[in-house]
Amino acid sequence: MGNDRKIRVLIAKPGLDGHDRGAKVIARAFRDAGFEVIYTGLRQTPEMIVSAAIQEDVDAIGLSCLSGAHMHLFPKVMELLKAKGVDDILVFGGGTIPDEDISKLKACGVAEVYTPGASTQDAIAFVRENLKQK
Amino acid sequence: MTFDPEELKRLEQEKARWEQQTLGSHLERAPERSDPFTTVSGKPISRLYTPLDIPNLNYQEDLGFPGEYPFTRGVQPTMYRGRFWTMRQYSGFGSAEETNRRYRYLLEQGQMGLSVAFHLPTLMGYDSDHPMAAGEVGKCGAAIDSLQDMQVLLRELPLDKVTTSMTITSTAAVAWAMYIAVCEQMGIPYDRIGGTLQNDILKEYIAQKEYIFPLQPSIRLVTDTIVFGSRHFPKWNTISISGYHIREAGATALQELAFTIADGVTYVEEGIRAGLDVDEFAPRLSFFWDIHNDLFEEIAKFRAARRLWARLMRERFKAKSPRSWILRTHSQTAGVSLTAQQPYVNIARVALQALAGVLGGTQSLHTNSMDEAYALPTQEAVTIALRTQQVIAYETGVTNTVDPLAGSYFIEALTNEMEEGALEYLRRIEELGGMVRAIELGFPQQEIANSAYAYQRAVEREEKVIVGVNRFVDEREQRPIPILSIDEALQQRQVERLALLRKSRDKDRWNRAMDALRAAALGNDPWGKDLLMPKILEAVKAYATVGEIIGLLREVWGEYTELNII
Repeated sequence: MGNDRKIRVLIAKPGLDGHDRGAKVIARAFRDAGFEVIYTGLRQTPEMIVSAAIQEDVDAIGLSCLSGAHMHLFPKVMELLKAKGVDDILVFGGGTIPDEDISKLKACGVAEVYTPGASTQDAIAFVRENLKQK
Repeated sequence: MTFDPEELKRLEQEKARWEQQTLGSHLERAPERSDPFTTVSGKPISRLYTPLDIPNLNYQEDLGFPGEYPFTRGVQPTMYRGRFWTMRQYSGFGSAEETNRRYRYLLEQGQMGLSVAFHLPTLMGYDSDHPMAAGEVGKCGAAIDSLQDMQVLLRELPLDKVTTSMTITSTAAVAWAMYIAVCEQMGIPYDRIGGTLQNDILKEYIAQKEYIFPLQPSIRLVTDTIVFGSRHFPKWNTISISGYHIREAGATALQELAFTIADGVTYVEEGIRAGLDVDEFAPRLSFFWDIHNDLFEEIAKFRAARRLWARLMRERFKAKSPRSWILRTHSQTAGVSLTAQQPYVNIARVALQALAGVLGGTQSLHTNSMDEAYALPTQEAVTIALRTQQVIAYETGVTNTVDPLAGSYFIEALTNEMEEGALEYLRRIEELGGMVRAIELGFPQQEIANSAYAYQRAVEREEKVIVGVNRFVDEREQRPIPILSIDEALQQRQVERLALLRKSRDKDRWNRAMDALRAAALGNDPWGKDLLMPKILEAVKAYATVGEIIGLLREVWGEYTELNII
């Protein structure tokens, strides 16, 4: 990766969940930290998210879900990335996600999950440190 | 309460002396904490409030008596001495059966009113077998696809004795129609059906984002329910004009107040435009406030809201009936303030927030459960939340007198400032062309996004302390609280139920009902023969599903696409 290329992050809201406060705050925090941020907006299907991620050539995807549907939606995104042969995008998530689900999501390949009380700075540092080689 | 000007002059001098001498010398020895002394909304609060802060307060004009204009002190003369606020826990999860059991449990535990939570597919107009419903069935509310599910949800509940609030907006008309149909089956006459429909579509575009259709047809649908309600349902609040979601999305207390009142103004204008006399429907408009952490800011917000609304309704809209001037409200403690860290501490937060709501004069109250940051409430958690209300009602003594904080220099100053600040926002919104135009321009959405971001930064810089999160953190914390989980097999059961329903219902009746609905949606006599509620009522009785009814309206009206505002 060249030094002058900004890290590109897609922030996405899969499913029907309309709680976008966290996603927007994260998006803005990443932007202020110098990342190139694409915010998908609401009501994205996993297919739409993966397609956007590939089209926008992002380095990381942040998935936000507060409706309880994360165990269906996040693994679906991971599945679709795998099916498309994409293994160089760092995926992280956030939302109302109980601890027992976090380990299951990590087993699917979600690198980190941020729950209520998390700091945007932690997420930013994590993404910087854990980007995959393109 | 207007103070004597001579007294005030003397007081001003004395205050200056106090600041120089007593305060001054004290500060040299013991400086104040470095915290900024702002409310959770960032509003600065003074060290001391005196009559100098409210020099022109006029008891009769600004406060009045409870149950009289401008209702600052409360909507009824006796308030909680007559009747406590309705303890109304918002609930729903999984299947209609499970939710029905929770409702019966809560009523047994002393809850006084029902409040229905629907799962996201119902809220968004999809049946449980729609692709967009995948993973969402039963997760954040009860799965209600048709009248059949609603019948199970409300089975054996005393709907003639308790009122029911339904938290649903874009698809509210369908839910209400189903509720009416169930009441009919129970033999309850229309004029005894009591409850509230949230139905506030403007706040969806602003904050909660459960919109479906574009603005104009959505407003038509809301007005339709208001018209229908004013004709047939004297005890039903057809709308709950909401600040809660606006606040939860990140707004300050002032923005919550201002944007909600501005939404209310819009609905009144639409009702009048539909040909109703304001007094025909205004008495059944209701509100819904958040109750956040700052005790006094919230109390002032509640009082300012009542006075603002009363003045608007009487002076601007020339409503003649005092019932049109009264702002009645449900309220809910702030979900967004509860933590995943050290979750039992949330019980304390909720208790304090609930107290603010009671001191503010709420008519109805939901207290959150301590597991808010994890999942929907377990039975144990919701019981503690309900008991919190009961302790306030029966043990604290705050219900012995009406509006106990009136006359406090601080509270009255804060109430005045909230009202003034809200009026300033209302002016800006009027200049933009009204709330609908403001939404199209992204104005409230950007204000909220800015406030949300500012707050997060304040928290991350520890300017705002959240106990257990950025101070008094317990690294070894295990967090083993029981969590409610939803049966994943529910989705398949609902899918099968739907298949059976579609096979067994009267297809001719369904076809006729759907055709009539389509014709009305396309018609140009919206408050006459093309009123939609009667058609929706017939459709639900023909066992048309939520997805089918809303799907039809989606075809006719299209869908809203929002501007992405960060």
